Amino acid sequence: MLEKSYYDRADAIIASHGAVQAALIPIIQDIQAEYRYLPAELLAYVAKRLNINEAKAYGVATFYENFSFEPKGKYVIKVCDGTACHVRKSIPVLETFYRVLGLSKEKHTTDDMLFTVETVSCLGACGLAPTVMVNEEVHPRMTPEKAEALISSLREESQA
Amino acid sequence: MIQTREAMDALRQQAREKLESYDCRILVCSGTGCIATGSERIYEKFLEIVKDVPGVTLEFAPHDKDAHIGIKKTGCQGVCELGPLVRIQRGKEVVQYIKVAPEDCEEIFERTVRHGEIVERLLYRQKGVAYQSPEEIPFIAKQTRMLVENFGKYDSESLEEYVAGGGFKGLERALFEMQPEDVIETIDRSGLRGRGGGGFPTGKKWRQVAAQSEPVRYVVCNGDEGDPGAFMDGSVMEGDPFRLVEGMMIAAYAVGARDGYIYVRAEYPMSVRRLRHAIEELEKQGLLGDHILGTEFSFRLHINRGAGAFVCGEGSALTASIEGKRGMPRVKPPRTVEKGLWEKPTVLNNVETFANVPKIIQNGADWYRSVGTENSPGTKTFSLTGAIQNTGLIEVPMGTTLREIIFDIGGGIKDGGEFKAVQIGGPSGGCLTQEHLDVPLDFDSLKKLGAMIGSGGMVVMDQHTCMVEVARFFMNFTQNESCGKCVPCREGTKRMLEILERIVGGRGTMEDLDMLETLASTISETALCGLGKSAAQPVMSTLHNFRDEYIAHVVDKKCPAHACAAMRRFVISADRCKGCSKCARNCPADAISGVVRSPFRIDPEKCIRCGACESACAFGAIHIEW
Amino acid sequence: MRYMTINNRRVEFSDEKNVLAVIRSAGIDLPTFCYHSELSTYGACRMCVVEDDRGRIFTSCSEPPRDGMVIYTNTQRLQQHRRMILELLLASHCRDCTTCVVNGDCTLQKLAKRLGVRQVRFENTRKELPMDTTSPSIVLNPNKCILCGDCVRTCDEIQGLGILDFAYRGSKAIVAPAFGKKLRETQCVGCGQCRIVCPTGAITVKYDVEAVWEAIGDPKKRVVAQIAPAVRVAIGDKFGIAKGENALGRLVTALRRIGFDEVYDTNFGADLTVMEESQEFLERLESGENLPLLTSCCPGWVKFCEERYPEFRGNVSTCRSPMQMVGAVLKEEARVHPDPDGRETVVVAIMPCTAKKAEIRRPEHFTDGVQDVDYVITTAELTSMIQEAGIDLAALEEQALDMPFGIASGAGAIFGVTGGVTEAVLRRLVGSSRSEVLEQISFTGVRGMEGIKETVIDYKGRELHIAVVNGLRNAAAVLDRVKAGESRYDFIEIMACKNGCIAGGGQPFPVVVSTKEARQKGLYKIDRTSQIKLSNENPLIKQAYNGILKGKEHKLLHNTHGAH
Repeated sequence: MLEKSYYDRADAIIASHGAVQAALIPIIQDIQAEYRYLPAELLAYVAKRLNINEAKAYGVATFYENFSFEPKGKYVIKVCDGTACHVRKSIPVLETFYRVLGLSKEKHTTDDMLFTVETVSCLGACGLAPTVMVNEEVHPRMTPEKAEALISSLREESQA
Repeated sequence: MIQTREAMDALRQQAREKLESYDCRILVCSGTGCIATGSERIYEKFLEIVKDVPGVTLEFAPHDKDAHIGIKKTGCQGVCELGPLVRIQRGKEVVQYIKVAPEDCEEIFERTVRHGEIVERLLYRQKGVAYQSPEEIPFIAKQTRMLVENFGKYDSESLEEYVAGGGFKGLERALFEMQPEDVIETIDRSGLRGRGGGGFPTGKKWRQVAAQSEPVRYVVCNGDEGDPGAFMDGSVMEGDPFRLVEGMMIAAYAVGARDGYIYVRAEYPMSVRRLRHAIEELEKQGLLGDHILGTEFSFRLHINRGAGAFVCGEGSALTASIEGKRGMPRVKPPRTVEKGLWEKPTVLNNVETFANVPKIIQNGADWYRSVGTENSPGTKTFSLTGAIQNTGLIEVPMGTTLREIIFDIGGGIKDGGEFKAVQIGGPSGGCLTQEHLDVPLDFDSLKKLGAMIGSGGMVVMDQHTCMVEVARFFMNFTQNESCGKCVPCREGTKRMLEILERIVGGRGTMEDLDMLETLASTISETALCGLGKSAAQPVMSTLHNFRDEYIAHVVDKKCPAHACAAMRRFVISADRCKGCSKCARNCPADAISGVVRSPFRIDPEKCIRCGACESACAFGAIHIEW
Repeated sequence: MRYMTINNRRVEFSDEKNVLAVIRSAGIDLPTFCYHSELSTYGACRMCVVEDDRGRIFTSCSEPPRDGMVIYTNTQRLQQHRRMILELLLASHCRDCTTCVVNGDCTLQKLAKRLGVRQVRFENTRKELPMDTTSPSIVLNPNKCILCGDCVRTCDEIQGLGILDFAYRGSKAIVAPAFGKKLRETQCVGCGQCRIVCPTGAITVKYDVEAVWEAIGDPKKRVVAQIAPAVRVAIGDKFGIAKGENALGRLVTALRRIGFDEVYDTNFGADLTVMEESQEFLERLESGENLPLLTSCCPGWVKFCEERYPEFRGNVSTCRSPMQMVGAVLKEEARVHPDPDGRETVVVAIMPCTAKKAEIRRPEHFTDGVQDVDYVITTAELTSMIQEAGIDLAALEEQALDMPFGIASGAGAIFGVTGGVTEAVLRRLVGSSRSEVLEQISFTGVRGMEGIKETVIDYKGRELHIAVVNGLRNAAAVLDRVKAGESRYDFIEIMACKNGCIAGGGQPFPVVVSTKEARQKGLYKIDRTSQIKLSNENPLIKQAYNGILKGKEHKLLHNTHGAH
């Protein structure tokens, strides 16, 4: 169960679109924009409000690529672990992120919702290996030291 | 509020006078491409520069009569890769600047805006010639810009400027001088065909909708342009949103629809913003809503944003998505014209098709037929990308040859490369080669060649492009985007992709080539929707035109284009190798062996082709063989 | 009359809704996975493709027939495509056919054989997913799912439940409940209608056969069976007995041979239900409370009511279902007259129904905290038990049921078909067994396969408004109307499964329109040829009320959650 504020926000979003099936996608788009993910509880709630079967709403949300049930941090850090990056030591970079942020293979997002760390198979920037992508921006030739520096600069940026 | 034809005329007159009253206009391109290269910063920089200069106007409003310099954001100015683009218009004279940096703005303002001088270094140059006016740049000059005529000329967010440029004359003519049937007749006679891919006659489609007994009808615009390498519809939506809306309004009048929907691809936030703005503006002026221009015609327009599913470009999937469902195509019949959105008769056309409508109504069918070919009249926009000198949005008459597009407009292959092929029509299309350079491009000729115009993506390939890899790329795309409903597409594309991955991975067999053809035949003949039916096209087309490349991969385990990483072999030159063993220590696959101080050797069986050895070698002793 | 040419043969057609129906009516068994005449057209399996005289290939399920059409159903091109589609399906399918529950009943398997698929050239690269065994009624095995969507459309279009739907897309698509939930965590009512339409082993009955064999083999247990009305007209299906033929006598013999100690009739319980429910109905008519009375025989419907229409819970009859009544009476009998050998009584109910497997576990049906029915096995499971025992059902002599619960009226038999309960109750209310009267009742509109039937009966000068509903989507529609005050009824019979228990989720395959019609006919025939037409004229019923039930009617025949 989420905090009440989530449901209040969902109610407001539903009110702005109308509680009809045709509004399902715009509503969950707005929710996702609001929270940077689509909380499963809210999808179930929206389905109920719109009088749509849960399974149908779930089917819609999983059909479209833009929806994610996983809460993500403000900064989504994608560490490339393609072949090229792997041999150029992307794992120490990944481990540095894990260590600095207290994350692991199982836990992807920091509790303060600032950082999400994921691995991707290839970012297609193999010449700059090992690479890391923060949201949309590619950071080339990473090292554990640069990884630590990147986190502190992002922390600063978020407080600015 | 503009509630009569006279009021519209008055606005047009006033807007024209205003436009002419400017001494100078600074037109900053704000197409998606230029925004990515920083045109917003250029716009802001100009604002900053002129903020204390009297007579600069941002709002196009009648009250600032003293304004003599305007700063505007326009639609795509065309040569996207040379952005940020800026045009300076003084009277009839226009100067096109390219790659404008914020540091250049001061100089532009001082010299060009204030004193009418040219900043030479910011001009477009080709083969040593500098071009001042955009109309002279070969890339632009050789196009026929009818649909995108307003691009780069007017503020795409200004209703007044659209009207000043002749906007809404088509709608006026339809509403005041024509019966709905006359509108359909004109579109029919114009020979306008759907620009979304199939080339279905637009007039025929409208007539079918108009003939339905069900009184509630819808007009839906497909703005879900999803082909990798295609961005024409996005350019129109953000560059001339009012024209699209006008086209939809005329369609709605013709078929008796009161509501319309524009379904815009998730990745086009700018299009959504511009369209929203246009709709709000029109609602404010009473040009959308009830009793438009005082007539019985009422129309409302809604925007739906896609949510990341390529298949929603298919008509029935698109309407399902608007209805809030999974975007899965359904079996036809009934067709969309009979039972489309909410099972009501629906006109579903793409952006470019609707955007063509206003001028056809305004100028007549014969005017339109004067361009293009007999069976494919008019122009077509393409997005020209890949290994080509000039990339960007182009518009040419139907029937233009590939040679003209690539060599005259596109300026030939990049870096003096060699033309190999053009992939046209995206994941549903096929490739055209050297032998097709002089085929006039239109709906019918391309279909015969196993390609299609599709929405108009044109990716040019040179000798460095591996056609097997191109096929794999598109199959990977289609497979990811398959909705999963029908078996041949869901399972068949998966198997085709597996085979293609095997082939580019150096593990293909000749039987694999046969299986690709067998699968392609079943998929193309039995898949449910158009996307499924055409899913195998890129493979079939490359297999037909470049079979030897496939065979090279399969039999010789070689990639003639030197593109497939799995085909390369890392080799140590014995004469350069000092036997330091650094490569062996860096090899993650334990594929390098040797005795220190003697040349080392790479075992090609063990090698995973990662290249770690190559970058580790301090003596440049390791090279790639293909 | 209009004609089309199919494989160079002239074929007449009239109002067939698609080309497929015309082809099939012409005697050509064109294969399909995703087409069901009672569901919307989906067009995903592409097996029913045909070719026209211009070489155009299209699916016949989605094409309206046109006069003068020329089509071919079996060209070499089509054969190749169908084989490829099958091969593709098989390649992504868990192919442990030999140990599969539906081995022999699987459409995928049958078509692979029929169409001559002799090799699968692709590796199964589909991610293996866990089975869902959390429902007491059905088992989901996503690894056998071919994504035809038949279950999805059934659950939605027929049942209005939408428990199962597609999730994800492309080759990652699956059919599953929302949010990856297990069936037990959903509002699945266990009706098993999804299993009836599933062409593979992706949805199967939760088998309880092993436990029943174990009980039979246990010398310390006295295993008694009761047989539901709809079982007797379906059990013969896999033994060469004509569809819809009453195989009760032979079934009794088979059960005894298998090792059941006694065999009783659930129809007897149906007679008890008629007695109790009629009484309850009269009382409610008198008091005017809790009308309309909603029937309680169908556990799928009862669960649906609790979860989706809790406001009607008090309207549902407090009567236990016939199965539960028989179970309670059998257990009580065992308490009153303990087994001389000291064996424990185990009640096995043989049902057409998967939801019954859940019903027996509901505590409000327990008597003094004891579960009355120990196991429910479906007709399909019993079929496999009889086969396992090597018994040829068709060849058996007929035996009579055990006493004192082995006689039932014709009114009890028709419980297995939609409208049956209502007809039986009406007979009881009218109270006459004269054939004209019975015929009159049968013509009031209670019979027939329609999803919603309505009738008005005059009862002692009072108009009784009655609705007979099958399929839960229809039930929801009727209840919505009642809720909105648009309709008023005194009595509503609701059966979850389309057409009633004859099409229950546990019945043998195939359950198609023709089998359902045959089973319906079979049950009405039992009624017609039965000596006793009225439940209250069943001598065993009178005997029970004067004996085992005396003073315990409410305890044994009603559940404990009731509204009163």
